[in-house]
This record gives sequence, structure tokens and C-alpha cells, in this order.
Amino acid sequence: MIVAEELTKIFDDFVAVDRISLSVPTGKVMVLLGKNGAGKTTTVRMLTSILRPSGGFARVAGFDVVKQAEKVRASVGVLTEHHGLYGRMNTEEYLQFFGSLYGLSAGESMQRAAPLLERFDLHVARKKRLSEFSKGMRQKLALVRALLHDPPVLLLDEPTSAMDPESARSVRDAIAQLRNQGRTVLLCTHNLAEAEELADLVAIIHGGRILIQETPEMAKEILLGPPEFEVKLARPLDAWPKVLPAGVTLRESGGNWARFFIESPAQTNPHFLRWLLEQRLEVVSFQEVPRSLEQAFLELIKERESGGLYA
Amino acid sequence: MLEAVRPALIIARREVRDQFRDWRIIFPIIGLTLVFPFIMNWTAQQMLGFTREYGATIVADRLVPFLLMVVGFFPISVSLVIALESFVGEKERGSIEPLLNTPLKDWQLYLGKLLSSTVPPLVSSYLGMMVYLTGLMIRRIAIPEGEMLVQIVVLTTVQAVMMVAGAVAVSLQATSVRSANLLSSFIVIPTAFLIQWEAVVMFWGNQALLWWVIVAVVILTFLLVRVGVTHFQREELLGRDIDVLRLHWIWGVFRRNFTGGARSVGEWYQRVLLQSLRKLTLPSLLSAGLGLAGVLLGISLLSGFLRMMPPGDPEIIHQSLVNISEAYSGSKFALAGLIFIQNIRALLVGMILGVCSFGVLGVAPLFLTMGLAGIFGAFMVSRGFGLVDVLSFLLPHGVMEIPAVVIATAAVLQLGAVLLTPTPGQTIGEAWVAALAEWSRVMVGIVVPMLMLAALVEALLTPHIVLLFLQ
Repeated sequence: MIVAEELTKIFDDFVAVDRISLSVPTGKVMVLLGKNGAGKTTTVRMLTSILRPSGGFARVAGFDVVKQAEKVRASVGVLTEHHGLYGRMNTEEYLQFFGSLYGLSAGESMQRAAPLLERFDLHVARKKRLSEFSKGMRQKLALVRALLHDPPVLLLDEPTSAMDPESARSVRDAIAQLRNQGRTVLLCTHNLAEAEELADLVAIIHGGRILIQETPEMAKEILLGPPEFEVKLARPLDAWPKVLPAGVTLRESGGNWARFFIESPAQTNPHFLRWLLEQRLEVVSFQEVPRSLEQAFLELIKERESGGLYA
Repeated sequence: MLEAVRPALIIARREVRDQFRDWRIIFPIIGLTLVFPFIMNWTAQQMLGFTREYGATIVADRLVPFLLMVVGFFPISVSLVIALESFVGEKERGSIEPLLNTPLKDWQLYLGKLLSSTVPPLVSSYLGMMVYLTGLMIRRIAIPEGEMLVQIVVLTTVQAVMMVAGAVAVSLQATSVRSANLLSSFIVIPTAFLIQWEAVVMFWGNQALLWWVIVAVVILTFLLVRVGVTHFQREELLGRDIDVLRLHWIWGVFRRNFTGGARSVGEWYQRVLLQSLRKLTLPSLLSAGLGLAGVLLGISLLSGFLRMMPPGDPEIIHQSLVNISEAYSGSKFALAGLIFIQNIRALLVGMILGVCSFGVLGVAPLFLTMGLAGIFGAFMVSRGFGLVDVLSFLLPHGVMEIPAVVIATAAVLQLGAVLLTPTPGQTIGEAWVAALAEWSRVMVGIVVPMLMLAALVEALLTPHIVLLFLQ
């Protein structure tokens, strides 16, 4: 579990992180979204006890990040923005070295690493020098390193940024599996499709402050309004009816189509469909308009930067 | 204990293994271990032959141990390169962050890197010296005596640690190997001076003095290691980019600390300055103790010289003192100005020396001045003057000047100590600027006004008081 309360970091006179509070329950994935320089990396560094907060407090895996820094570091697996591999070592040496820093023997390290290497297709490169690795391979190896000591909490910064689609898929599957195994994951990414796929919770950070912290669905509803449905008719209409059932609002319309905001679709949609038929409209299709987290994110940032609702 | 050191050894082992995979490190080490000593052997033999021809054998005799020191020093100079690469290179490549995410303690990481940067060059250095000594024996040249050998080995070892510890201090201020290399002149230049002084002492043949040099280098190394241990922290390593000198920020920190949030001069004196003085209690006691030690050393030094000096005519001495008191014919206020400027200059030199030596050399002006006062007082007493006569020379202005210098010295000690002690929540730079502001606060608020008054008293009153006592 990760809990932060009013966490703040000030560098000289620059407020990098401004009183953020977040909570990631055990076995959940929180995706931290934000532009470059929004404060994501500083937040992660405070949560891994590398940077000392200027204010507030945080607990990671049950340990205080200031008072129990070593225990925090022993309990988290971190994938950093810079993978920091040693080019003159090979895969086995590298993993054994990091394993030994967590108190694992060389044998234990390799035993734990074997399935991970297999999973990420690195088993064939066990004796290969790391300077010969591609960017994607480096990232995968860094992820193996982060998982080597079997940490209950994972803090992953852009885990798939340099990977080909196949590798990225395997990493996403691995993250989903780790969540299912009860691990807590804080994931920083710019890939909003990935965020949408993996996130149980999403937090959007901007200028060092958390603007919203919700489930992805709720975040979309808050930022983009109620769910949107599209009705298509067989023939164009001169005008759509002015009076609509309760909970239905016309958003926009064309000749033979219209989009509606519908509050509580589970209750409203049956009535609305019945109403459409009562109006003798020839409905060809009725479907939810897909809305992405990306839209919600961009909407929020736009609002924020224009000094709007969430500013 | 061994369990605590184990992670440091893991770090050191990895780094050493890494070094031995890099031919750019191996080649110079092999060359300096196996080839360079033979060149020095040949040089020693040529010099011995040459000086024998012209009857200056002492030069060649002293050259043999000096060349041993050179043979030992060249491989350890590689330690500086290794250390900069190890500390800053890791920062630059981003490979330090995964290490910082492990449960390693800061000191374990520091120790691991210190060991890996010093041990291989030192082993190479010892091997090189053994090759050189073996070569001397084969060529039937007398090898230096045991004490000298021990001194050279100790110096070589300590200098290796000193350079690496210095490299760490430099690394803390750099985020790229390029900037670290540029900053390394702060290590290279003082080390070059040190080697020159050591060479002078070796050619002089004063082994007792060489031991004192060793003691000084050991103290400096200890302080540098302490700086490293204190400031080699995750926060310092990753917190920010410190390649850029931000004058605006420096000024902001300085001003904030100098004013201490006071809204008026009165509040500044009553609250802020008083707070500074309280903080200086311990350093002030230490400074006062050192001043007293200076006086005693002066007295003891003079008693040694007195035996060699002819007894002076008290009348002539008396007249000389009267002449000195009446000598200055210009404006007394101009004299006060000169005295004031001289005192301020001495304290500024003390501050600069203190900054360069973690406060240690900052006591020099106080220690030397009090030592001279001790010599002067002892001389007067030895020539039949009373203690009151001596005090008439020193006390009228000394009652203000001595406390002012003691306080200024205490502030310099504190300024130096800032580098040796961690300041929670502050970086090394921020803590140092804050300490400089505190030093300035004490100087502006207390020391400068006291020295002004003391200079006026020394120019206007002291000569009259002296004459009153002497006549």
C-alpha cells in the first residue's frame, strides 16, 4: 500500500511537488499522469526515500519514507527513467550484483531471475554484455532487476517507453499479473492507452499538484461529462424532438444521427429506447461513444492552463 | 561490523572488476608499475654517475628516495581519474539511481567507491616501488633507509585516499564528467604544491619535518573523508543540477540568513545577532584557548632565543619604545585607518585560509598575533620591564581587539565546520552560503565596530598610556 499526505518537495525556491495526497490500496495499480516536469519523478523519488520530503509524510509498504528509509527501499522495486546498466557486465553478473545488494546469493538471484528472463525473452542473452543490448532489452532487464527481490510495491517510470509492441504487451501483461498477485503498483506513463488498460486508479499531476485522483471511468465522467450515446436512424429527420426523457440531454445532432449525454445509463437507457420507438423513429443503431482517458487528460490540462474550472 | 561493510565490498568488487575490463585503465597502470620504475632506476644511476663526477653526491643520494616517491605517486594519480569516473560517471549515465534505490546506506556506497578507487592504484603503486627498489639493488645502488621507506609508503597511501576524497567533494558539485574534470584542478593544483613541498623536505633531508608533513596530510585527508561521508547523500546526488552558478538564488539565501527576518536594525541586533553569538560560544572558547596557546608558544620560543641573544641595554630598549610611541607624525586618524585596514585584511586572509582548510588555518591570524604578543611580552619582561609596562602596550586597544579577533576566528571555525557536518534539509551549497551570511553578520555587527574602536584607541590613546608608564 502507498499512502501520501500533503507530500511536498521544495528545491531552493522551486516547489516541485506541492502538498500532494494519494492512496494506492494493496493489489491496485495507480497511474500517475502528467506532462514532463509535472512532478512525477520527484514524487516517485520521495516515495522511494531517495529524496527527503520538505513537508508532509508518506508510507510505502507500511514503512515511513523518512524514518524507515532502508525498509522502504528493501520493499520497493523501482524502474527508473534511466535504466543505468553497466555496459561491461553481462546479464547474469548484473542481476547477481543487484541480488547481492538485497542479500541474495548468486544462485538465489539466478533462480528468481530465470522465469522473468524467460518471460521477457532475455534468457537467450544471459551471457551477453549489456553494452550490446538494444534499448528495449535494457528496459526489460531493468524491469527484471526491479522484480528480482520480489517487492510488494512497484514504482515504475515509463516501463514500456522504448519497447516494440510485442515487448510492451508482455510487460503490460506482467504488470497486470503482478497486480493480480497482490502487488501495489504506481505507474508513471505518457502512454494513455496503457494507462487506461492498467489503471485501477488514475491521478493527474500538474505543476506539482494532483488535480484529480479517481478511477478512470469516474475521471472521464467528471472531466468529460456523463456517458455519451449515439443514435443512428434509417432516415434523416428535419428536427429532433425538443422534449426528451428525464436524464437525457441532446449534445449534438446531424441529419440521421444524434449524440446524447445520459445520466445513469443502466436506469435511463431502457426508458430512452422505448421512447425512441414510441416516437416511431427507425433506429438503426444505439451505442456508447467511446471516450478515452487521453481526452479527459487533455481536457483537464487545457482547463488548468486556461485558468478554468480545475485551476 | 563485517556484515555492515559487506555491501561496500560488493560495490568495490564490482567496480574493480569493471576497471580491469577497461584497457584505458589497465594500460597506464601496467606501464606505471612495470616500465616507469626501470626508467627511474636508469635516471637514478645516471644522476649518481654525473654527480659523483662533480662531487655533488648528496644531490643524487637525496634523489634516490625522491624518485621512489615519484614512482609511487604516478600510479596513484590514476585514482583521481577512476574516482571521478566512478562517482560522477555513474551520475551522468544514470546508473547511480538504481543503486540509490537499493537498501544500501550512503556510507556503504561511499566506502565501496572509495575502496575501488584507491586500492587498485595503490597496489600498482606498491608494486612499482618494489620494482624500483629491486632495480636499485640489482644496480648496487643503496636503497633509502627504513624510516624513509615507511614515510614514503605512508605518504603515498594517504595521498591516494586524499585525492579520492577530494574527488568525491568535487563530484558532489558536478553532474557531468566534463565539469568534474574541470573542477579537478582544485585537487590537482594543491596536490602538485604538496608534492613540491615534500620534494623540498626530502632534498633537505629533514625526516622529522617530513613526519609533520605526513601528520598534516593525514589530518587533511581525514577532514576530506569526513566531508565525503557527510555530504555523500542521496539527496545531494540526485536532488538537483548544480552545474550552474545561480547568483540570484545565492544572494537570496545570503540575504535571508543575514537579516534573519529582522524588521529593524534594533531587532537585528537584539534577536538575530545575539542568536549568532550564542551559537559561537563553543568556537569562541576554542579560539580563546588557541590564542592563549599562541601566547604561551611565543613565550616559550623566545626563552629559547634569549639564551643566544646578547643582553640588551635597558636604556636603549626604553628609548626605542618611546621612539616607537612618538614615531608617527601624520594624522592620528589616518593611523587609526591604517591599523583598522590591516586588521580587517588579516581577518579576511584568515577567512580565506579557513575556507580552504575546513576552518583549521583560519586560526592563523589569531594564533600568530598572540604568539607575537607573547614574544614581545616575554622579551620586555626579560629585559627588566614590569608586567604593567607590557600590558600598557597591549591592553588599551587589546580589550576590544582581542575579543573581536577571537569572535571573528570562531566564526571562521564555524564556517569551516559547516562542510564537515550535515545540515538536515539543506544542501552543502545552501548550508555554506547560510554560514557565510552568519560570518558576515558577526563581522558587520560586532567585529568591524569593535576593530574600528580598537584602532582609534590604538592610534589616539595607547601611545600616551605607554609613554605615561615608560616615563
